[in-house]
Amino acid sequence: MKRIGVFICWCGSNIAGTVDIDKVAAAAGTMNGVVYVDQNKYTCSEIGQAMIKDAIKEYKLDRVVIAACSPRMHENTFRKTVESAGLNPYYLEIANIREQCSWVHKDKEAGTAKAISLIRTAVAKAAMNEALFAVEMPITRRALVIGGGIAGIQAALDIADTGFEVDLVEREPSLGGRMAQLDKTFPTLDCSACILTPKMVDVAQHEKIRLFTYAEVEKVEGYLGNFTVTIRHRARSVDLQKCTGCGECLAKCPAKVASEFEEGLVQRRAIYTPFPQAVPNKPAIDRAHCRFFTTGKCKVCQKVCPADAIDYEMEDRLLTNGYGAIVVATGFDTHKLNDYGEYAYGKHPDVLTSLEFERLLNASGPTGGKILRPSDGKAPKTVAFIQCVGSRDKAKGNSYCAKICCMYTAKHAILLSEKVPGSKAFVFYIDVRTAGKDYEEFYTRAYEECGASYIKGNVSKVFPEGEKLLVRGVDVLSGALVELLVDMVVLAVSVDARADAKELAKKLAVTVNEHKFFTEAHPKLRPVDTQTAGIFLAGVCQGPKDIPETVAQASAAAVKVAAIFSKQSLLSNPTVAEVEQKLCSGDMSCMAVCPYGAISEQVVEERRGREMVTRKIARVNVALCQGCGACTVACRPGAINLKGFTNQQILAEVDAICL
Amino acid sequence: MPVVNERFEPLIVAFCCNWCSYAGADLAGISRMSYASNVRIIRVPCSSRVNPGFIIRAFQRGADGVLVAGCHPGDCHYHSGNFFTRRRLTVLKQMIEYLGIEPQRFQVRWISGSEGAKFAMVMNSVAEEIRLLGPNRKLRDVR
Repeated sequence: MKRIGVFICWCGSNIAGTVDIDKVAAAAGTMNGVVYVDQNKYTCSEIGQAMIKDAIKEYKLDRVVIAACSPRMHENTFRKTVESAGLNPYYLEIANIREQCSWVHKDKEAGTAKAISLIRTAVAKAAMNEALFAVEMPITRRALVIGGGIAGIQAALDIADTGFEVDLVEREPSLGGRMAQLDKTFPTLDCSACILTPKMVDVAQHEKIRLFTYAEVEKVEGYLGNFTVTIRHRARSVDLQKCTGCGECLAKCPAKVASEFEEGLVQRRAIYTPFPQAVPNKPAIDRAHCRFFTTGKCKVCQKVCPADAIDYEMEDRLLTNGYGAIVVATGFDTHKLNDYGEYAYGKHPDVLTSLEFERLLNASGPTGGKILRPSDGKAPKTVAFIQCVGSRDKAKGNSYCAKICCMYTAKHAILLSEKVPGSKAFVFYIDVRTAGKDYEEFYTRAYEECGASYIKGNVSKVFPEGEKLLVRGVDVLSGALVELLVDMVVLAVSVDARADAKELAKKLAVTVNEHKFFTEAHPKLRPVDTQTAGIFLAGVCQGPKDIPETVAQASAAAVKVAAIFSKQSLLSNPTVAEVEQKLCSGDMSCMAVCPYGAISEQVVEERRGREMVTRKIARVNVALCQGCGACTVACRPGAINLKGFTNQQILAEVDAICL
Repeated sequence: MPVVNERFEPLIVAFCCNWCSYAGADLAGISRMSYASNVRIIRVPCSSRVNPGFIIRAFQRGADGVLVAGCHPGDCHYHSGNFFTRRRLTVLKQMIEYLGIEPQRFQVRWISGSEGAKFAMVMNSVAEEIRLLGPNRKLRDVR
């Protein structure tokens, strides 16, 4: 028989005002297993806690029920109290007689009756409480950052600056990501490269950062503090140790292919560095387009290379490393415009996406920073900017707002007026959204100082009209049909999650929303965490955002990582699922419902009669299990139970309530 | 139709998810919103922890109503738990009706941690509905 002590708190008049404490105490004294009942004005006070400790020792209590405020308030306080008296902290049970009783019921009789019932329920559960032990888990103090755009760069630098090791994995041959493609940045018109490239160099030179470019995450196993990640280091065919980055090969390579970095506006060679400020500034061979790899003949780059750095034999290398935490910063894709035939994109060379236009603005871009029409190389005098292409469009595109388009279009309009004197921008919009520091002023500048005309309305069609483009739309404010002859059309293309975001989410055991953006643990209070402990998010992979927000989130993720690494060891949550081997049928229904991949198959050897048989059963990884208990219900033979919330405990509670 | 006893006070067992409905119940308390005292809350880590067997047991032991309250679908603290809850308990609700128990005696509600007022309102409406149904006699075991 358990020796249960019940401690009833008055909480001043908060509880005692509505609940007859003496009556409750008398009733508690008659409950099964209760050997000691006491009351205190403030149980959470030092005196109140000392009383509990003394009573545990004096009356040899082995289970403790505290009837007081919500366990969400003081459960941890009282667990420590109980623990300091020599009991297991999980021997404590709390009856919530304040938030869920005295504060919500005015009638003293009803309140008292309910308090007695709640205490009886807690006593019934406490009698079945078992000692639970948190497991100490070691921490691998090295972080993995996936993605080498501004989010990944910032997160890596911030983690490394706290003194912890970081591995940064980037899929492309160079760091930089989307920000490297941009010309100027709103609302200050800073040159994007000027503020980004020093950070790229910092990453490459930081003694705590190992950089893996042309590499991807292949496999992720493990849990907070102890992830094991396999990285596929794709064969670059260029030995980075030997290569000096002289660029001889780039000029001589005969195979040409559309440049991804230049959004297909120009061609690059099969051996290439994506852009002039690349880090590392050393090329990679795109084997899918390399003449040697496709036809077996060529080897021009090898012939011209003065450093003997070209290695056609190089193979993909799989590197497996341990990490304590992971930051996901994989960025975004621009929306595919297949469904927007009405805008003549792909049919007419002078219809561009906003990112293509960005490259025209850039001094290292295909036109050397001059805005010129791809069709005839002339500077456009009139440009129509169409907003929300693929955004806020439930029918064909994304239902959400891509957030950055209003601002970058204002930037484009300003830059157009600067670069092409006498030019005119027309902006077709649904709404102009400029929430952000100095953003509204920047937008105002576009139409007040730079003469951009903003027309509220959608464009229904764009078609070629001689050398020009006819843009037909509606001005919804006047209701008039608008037809404009322009030299160029720029589509403010929406922001999509990466096409392969779901695959990565699966590898990481994190979730994505319906648009395939990674889901944060809480939309307001945990915007950087994922639901999987130890994995954090930074940048647009979590949802559309601009550069300052991305950087802020990346720094936040870095602090979260550093906070984990600064601990001596991690304590696991002991209220996890547990399998009773002899009952487990090996049916694995539990595995199918586990959101954390915490359940795996285990082959066990058992004696059956005279022979030994092997069979599979379920095994719970206590470090991965978060204790939701979904598996306990799915289990048909009732072999899996949740510690701290066992079937027996919950049934005992039901019975006590219904007594 | 059962005889409606004006003074009948039903006993309602509520399984509340620790992360949302239980917190919602606490918020109702912090905001001093009073509601029917007939409900007794059992804290569970997730609504998906609620075994249909627990619900049947409550009815057998004499509960007049059972409520399961979890996070709104899509907001589960554990990603997907309440989807299992929804599926399992939809089936259970049909079974309960098949057993001859009024389906209103068993309810599933989604209440977030910020919905204290909704918690109080749900408790009142569920208590009132079950009060009108009268005591549960169908599954109650004789003890």
